[in-house]
Amino acid sequence: MSYIRKPRIIHRGLARNDLGLTVRDYEGGMSTLCAGCGHDSVTGALVQAAFELSIPPHQMAKLSGIGCSSKTPAYFLQQSHGFNSVHGRMPSVATGANAVNGDLYYVGVSGDGDTLSIGLGQFMHAVRRNVNMLYLIENNGVYGLTKGQFSASADVGSRAKKGEENIQPPIDPCQTVIAQGGSFVARSFSGDKEQLVPLIKAGLAHRGFALIDIISPCVTFNDHEGSTKSYQFTRDHYHPAIHADYVPPSEEILAEYEEGAAMPVILHDGSTIVLRKADAAYDPTNRAKSLAMLQESQASAEIMTGVLYIDESKPEMHEVYQTTDDPLLDIDYGRLCPGSDKLAALQERFR
Amino acid sequence: MKPTDTANPDYFHQVVDCQWACPAHTDVPGYIRLIAQGRFDDAYMLNRKSNVFPAILGRVCDRPCEPACRRSRVEDKPVAICRLKRVAADNRGDIMDRLPTAPAKKNGKRVACIGAGCASLAVANDLIPLGYEIVMYEALDKPGGLMRTNIPAFRLPVDVLDEEINMILDMGVDLRLNTPVESMAALLEENYDAVFVGSGAPKGKNLEIPGRYDDEDHVHIGINWLESVAFGHIDSIGEKVLIIGVGNTAMDCCRTSLRLGAKDVKVMARKPRDFFKASDWELEDAEEENVEIVVNRQPKAFVIENGKLAGMTFDVMEYDVDKKGRITDTRMTGEEFFPADDVVLAIGQENAFPWVERDLGIEFDKWDVPVVDRTTHESTRKGVFFGGDAAFGPENIIWAVEHAHQSAISIHKHCLGEDVNNRLPDGMNLVSTKMGMHEWSYSNDYDPQERNIVPHVDLATRFRELDIEVELGFSAEQAAEEVERCLNCDIQTVFTEKLCIECDACIDICPVNCLTITQNGSEEHLRMRLNAPAENLEQGLYVSAELPQTARVMVKDEDLCVHCGLCAERCPTGPGICRNLACCIPTCLTRQSPTPRRKCASLGPEQRRKEQNKHRRVQVDRFLTGF
Repeated sequence: MSYIRKPRIIHRGLARNDLGLTVRDYEGGMSTLCAGCGHDSVTGALVQAAFELSIPPHQMAKLSGIGCSSKTPAYFLQQSHGFNSVHGRMPSVATGANAVNGDLYYVGVSGDGDTLSIGLGQFMHAVRRNVNMLYLIENNGVYGLTKGQFSASADVGSRAKKGEENIQPPIDPCQTVIAQGGSFVARSFSGDKEQLVPLIKAGLAHRGFALIDIISPCVTFNDHEGSTKSYQFTRDHYHPAIHADYVPPSEEILAEYEEGAAMPVILHDGSTIVLRKADAAYDPTNRAKSLAMLQESQASAEIMTGVLYIDESKPEMHEVYQTTDDPLLDIDYGRLCPGSDKLAALQERFR
Repeated sequence: MKPTDTANPDYFHQVVDCQWACPAHTDVPGYIRLIAQGRFDDAYMLNRKSNVFPAILGRVCDRPCEPACRRSRVEDKPVAICRLKRVAADNRGDIMDRLPTAPAKKNGKRVACIGAGCASLAVANDLIPLGYEIVMYEALDKPGGLMRTNIPAFRLPVDVLDEEINMILDMGVDLRLNTPVESMAALLEENYDAVFVGSGAPKGKNLEIPGRYDDEDHVHIGINWLESVAFGHIDSIGEKVLIIGVGNTAMDCCRTSLRLGAKDVKVMARKPRDFFKASDWELEDAEEENVEIVVNRQPKAFVIENGKLAGMTFDVMEYDVDKKGRITDTRMTGEEFFPADDVVLAIGQENAFPWVERDLGIEFDKWDVPVVDRTTHESTRKGVFFGGDAAFGPENIIWAVEHAHQSAISIHKHCLGEDVNNRLPDGMNLVSTKMGMHEWSYSNDYDPQERNIVPHVDLATRFRELDIEVELGFSAEQAAEEVERCLNCDIQTVFTEKLCIECDACIDICPVNCLTITQNGSEEHLRMRLNAPAENLEQGLYVSAELPQTARVMVKDEDLCVHCGLCAERCPTGPGICRNLACCIPTCLTRQSPTPRRKCASLGPEQRRKEQNKHRRVQVDRFLTGF
């Protein structure tokens, strides 16, 4: 953390987006996380992605639970809506918010504890409903806020700061979500913004539940030798398997891609992500193959990153439930609340 | 790009733009911080070490530092560096016991200084503490040279001038007033160990057009006229006055005219405003006093009626200016008459040496100016040195001071029998500024305060006497605000590559996007790829060695850093990357120190030893200033 606020100076050369805003307009309050925390880099990537997409800040809602990660929404898009919920209950709050107003961009920021321990049940149901939101797990393998105990994502054999070894197998959020039928699963690393920013943009453009599992090292409790979630270990075992180049709806795909290695996926809003695959045989739209690849890489302690699985055809929550497209906010009060006579008539039908 | 060689003192020094722009390398951020702490005595002494005349320069310096100030890259206006210097001088206490003194035992060397202006005085200031005997020749009956004769008292009060001159004279200068040197040959026969020529550029340029000599009583040469006013020989002028020329002397002439009774003063400029030689602030001050500046009028003739000056005719000019602001074509479109009772010519001045015989081995070039070495200030005759306006033509006081420092080094070397070209290199000292968790030894937060305006005496009052100082100086509150505008550019970012874990924390927090971690490349390519494009090509890129984890490099665009220290606060690897730079600019009092006490702490022991051998360190003798 720092004592003074980041000075409000706009560099002359700083670019402006379609709304005339600079990247600084997408910043939030001063971070109180440890110096060097991966979460602050994720914040930086979110700020950059929202700026590049020219999202009007008031069109975004940020939600979180409890933990170091869940402090993050305070540090970006200061002029957005925000909700800091009970531990592990953010998916339900997000589901409810999305149900009444599907027009906003929903960004849930959670950690490995908030998602994979206390909040696992809530999390799985948000996946199951395919709530239209971007769900980020800032995954560092430890409970940083309670001084570094192993979390549910810690790898077997990873050592804590004082030397003890983790013996319990981890929950891999990517495998779990693919298995549950999630529609967008990606993995990335806080230290690689070149990959993370396009992924966040694609995740925001994706219709349905988009998960990005971000290895975000805990610089205080899990950045030592023997840790499998340190900056050094992540960089040593890092395989950007599938790059994603985000191309906004209004632009043509200009870059040239090698035949077979690139796969364009058109997203719901008309934008495109071009998936550049390290292995041309890999098909990120094939659930079984994605799962197999993840299991293999887990066994060899390699970290596969990029868009691991995508299914643009899966209907999101509003389509499944056939609820109104209009935010309840915009619906005339008389229609929204037809009165006690109508309610009585409705109830009469069930008698 | 190759990793930046920060062991070269010039690299970090260049980043301190104000200090780099100051000919005498005044430690501007250093003294501004001292003012902020209320340490006015220390601020004054730190100034005096480099520029010798803080109170004088705090009023009349040409301020090369201010256009260079980085504050103007964030806001429109630079820090009021010059007027803060005056704050230090105005508020200081008694510093007499901290001034240099002559040693009891002299070194037996005698140096003649010709002229008692700023250059000669500064030479004396440097040499007397080393035991030299200084004999100073002055044509007029008071010392000070141009500072006294050409700068009007309403800008530079006489008591301020006398006080700082006396600080030097009181060390024991053999000052010979009313003693113009009429023959260099005769002077050289007196067997001085060295001669310093600081006689200025005393010859005002003339305007040879019809009618120039038909009424000489009412056509004046600017600098001579100002001198006569300063010495009380002239105390009035006609109602209508034309000033020819639009340099700083012209501004002094027009404002002086108003104080001598002129009612209608016009400054006649040959070219449009963008081509004026006068400093912006001097133009503003003149216009505040309702002086009219008429552009595009080229003097044609003096108009004499009945033997008396009636006015002047001018050609009306028209210019074509290209996109780069250069004149491409000139036309005369007519003629215009302006009535005048007096005309003052302020179209420049030059040095003149009718008293230097041409057979003494002192070479003169085809423009009849002496051939002087730019570094050593030595003429083609050994032991004869030139400084100030006498050396390379009219400049300003701060340049004269720097010439004097360099000449003093040369004179000392000459008298020791050493090679004057073998001079000490600049040195530097980097000291950590981190005092605690979030504590820095300087005010690191950015203050969005706009530049303060120095209050002036109101128009009705200031014309009552010739010597009412127009500028009142900053109030305590204004000074307190203005010092916080300084961006502390002498605080340097120092990368410690081997510890970097590439967490991006410093990159994300930088408020001006001056840091980037990226793949290395050519400079041209890197400049485009940074977080904010580095478009100011005059400012360097600071490139680290390869970072340990990804072999990328860390790049800092030196164009704009507000020194908030947040990058260092956010750095998890501990050492803190902001360090205070102290530039060690050698003077003749500087001794070479074979074993540096402190060295750039970012270097490892082996590297450090190498650097020590490569860059001989310089230790500034501290007895002079108490620092």
